[in-house]
Amino acid sequence: MLRMLRARLKQGFRTIAFPDKPPTLPQGYMGRPQCDAGKCAGNCAACIEACPTGAIARRGDTLTIDTGRCLFCTDCTDACPTKAIQFTSEYRLAARTREALVADGRPHVPAQVLDEQARGLFGRSLKLRQVSAGGCNACEADTNVLNTVVFDLGRFGIQFVASPRHADGLLVTGPVPRNMELALRKTYEATPSPRIVVAVGACAISGGVFAGHPEVHKGAGEIIPVDLYVPGCPPHPTTILDGLLRLLGRI
Amino acid sequence: MMLPQLHNGRALPLKEVPELTAPDFRAVVLERVRRGRRLCSLFGMPDGDQIMLVALLANDAQGALELCRTRVAERYAALTPEAPQAHWFEREIAEQWGIVPEGHPWLKPIRFHPSYSRRDAWGREKGTPIEPCVTDYYRVEGEEIHEVAVGPVHAGIIEPGHFRFQCHGEDVLHLEIELGYQHRGIEQALVGGPNPRTVHYMETLAGDTTIGHATAYASIMEALGDVTASARAHALRAIALELERLANHTGDLGALAGDVGFLPTASYCGRLRGDFLNMTALLCGNRFGRNLVRPGGVRFDLTPQAAKELVTRLHKTFEAVQNAVDLLWETPSVTSRFDGTGRVSREDAARLGLVGPAARASGVSLDVRSDLPWGAYQSHLLPSVTLQTGDVAARAYMRWFEIQKSVEFITDVIHALPAGPVGQEVPPPAREHIAVAMVEGWRGELCHVAVTDLQGRLRHYKITDPSFHNWFGMAMALRQQQISDFPLCNKSFNLSYCGHDL
Repeated sequence: MLRMLRARLKQGFRTIAFPDKPPTLPQGYMGRPQCDAGKCAGNCAACIEACPTGAIARRGDTLTIDTGRCLFCTDCTDACPTKAIQFTSEYRLAARTREALVADGRPHVPAQVLDEQARGLFGRSLKLRQVSAGGCNACEADTNVLNTVVFDLGRFGIQFVASPRHADGLLVTGPVPRNMELALRKTYEATPSPRIVVAVGACAISGGVFAGHPEVHKGAGEIIPVDLYVPGCPPHPTTILDGLLRLLGRI
Repeated sequence: MMLPQLHNGRALPLKEVPELTAPDFRAVVLERVRRGRRLCSLFGMPDGDQIMLVALLANDAQGALELCRTRVAERYAALTPEAPQAHWFEREIAEQWGIVPEGHPWLKPIRFHPSYSRRDAWGREKGTPIEPCVTDYYRVEGEEIHEVAVGPVHAGIIEPGHFRFQCHGEDVLHLEIELGYQHRGIEQALVGGPNPRTVHYMETLAGDTTIGHATAYASIMEALGDVTASARAHALRAIALELERLANHTGDLGALAGDVGFLPTASYCGRLRGDFLNMTALLCGNRFGRNLVRPGGVRFDLTPQAAKELVTRLHKTFEAVQNAVDLLWETPSVTSRFDGTGRVSREDAARLGLVGPAARASGVSLDVRSDLPWGAYQSHLLPSVTLQTGDVAARAYMRWFEIQKSVEFITDVIHALPAGPVGQEVPPPAREHIAVAMVEGWRGELCHVAVTDLQGRLRHYKITDPSFHNWFGMAMALRQQQISDFPLCNKSFNLSYCGHDL
């Protein structure tokens, strides 16, 4: 017993101050990408060809980058001869609509809060059922991390529960393989209304690197309506937490 | 019969792999398995209208690999009855190519997808819908026998799979595991590559093994391009691979503590796992090591400052892990749940072809890092250690042992970090070659085999995640256990669903 208490003292207090203070992100963290139209040569397609998921498109004299498809892999920055694409340290990537995920040079608007009624229901207590549908265990792992003492999800009234019947919504990861379609649908139907759906990671938003495979869908949105998109491959835990807190109006 | 010997991370022309008749192939493979060689991979690939079966055997004692092949049209005599370690491979061959291994004792699909050829091993019409895990299950009948079905969607934040228990009261007589919910069609998508997606498939085969699988792939492409990554690149890959092991082993020890209700270690290790992930992020900006390993080397160099910080953080975190993990072995309520639970005998582990810490915990000495060493593992030797009891306690302690060794290894490698470049161009893959790369990931042996076509494109790419070997070991561990110990046994293996389903 004494040893346990000594260990407890040694382990210290580890919960981060986020969201009251800005988070500590790793050096070299790759956040929201942006294209500097001034630097872009305009007549080449090196980045578009290098992108593994077709996230980059040309619109007029600028490029748009769909963060819902982006793997944040920097293959585009390597390919660009003029270094026009940059990954910023912006970690607030979540959005309420699919369109808002497209970085097109306009200022980024982080996710908006739920409507008044939903916020009244979920704002102080949100129970989520996680469904991995073809996720590679990276999005799952960095969602699970929110339950550790570092992020201490419970302090925000958010909790992952074991049954959809106990849940206010689903948090889906993975592109949704055809073999998981029925299970996802049934889990959604077993969740009482009103319910919300959070799609975490490039796969759950767009199919990610697997988009176009006959074995998978292009994300959760093909099966059930999505209320919050959290981009990344996988998203940093802070990005997921930030998205959830914005949805609930806690940031 | 002599088979050509191949080293880990090398390629040879496909025509140098002896093509045997089906009976000879069977005899050669079985004879070697009897003499203690391991079947690392056994797969089919299309060859005209027939299917070419390729066997990869490891001679761990001599650090060499052997390949042989045969051609089959519709059926062949199964190896499984005499070499149980072939059982899952032969089910995969049947499902993918419609080839029937005759005499296989339990021939069922493993991933539930349509056949890739015009044949179907179960005579299903083309276009018949295939429902995942809708199949016959082994059933025990009798008074008071009942069946428990769990999944695909589980209670925790965990991937989907289906578990079917045959129980008598609380006791599990048999557990059958059916997977396939995570099948994303990766192997088929790799054919015709490499292309801009290829390396990203490798990094998401099993996201918790990003470095392991990316390293195996890089090694394949280097073998086919006939180049060697620089010593510095090899060292940085090895550091990242060991950090991956540290993060996952630490997380597993915490989760094992959680499954027996011992919250202090569960809580501390949950945090400490993240600290190791953040060290990987120090190397490349991503907690899972995405974008770090590439054919030719690594994409990010380690500055002297970052190296110094890495060592400091590593030792600080290790001290805290030791503090957290020591509590496990000192707490009777923990050890009484770990000891004797989920036992897999040495004989079963060897016959079923288990790999990684699960095999070593059952007394089977095998570790790619010491048996078939590559890169930095050739100059920084790691001891291969086994435990004998094969229970949850042994699988837990094996992780703790490996955590200590990985910390020493990283420290040694950083102190002797070779100078030089970290990346180089890799020439296009050699034509009509076969390359083999094996890596000891944190779950065990990762095996990649690539075959190129006349143009040097990937004609076939076979991935064997350690989970492919080990899921059946988990089923064996559950025999005669209480069903309430399932989460604990499951966590003590902590296998990958997506790594299996591909």
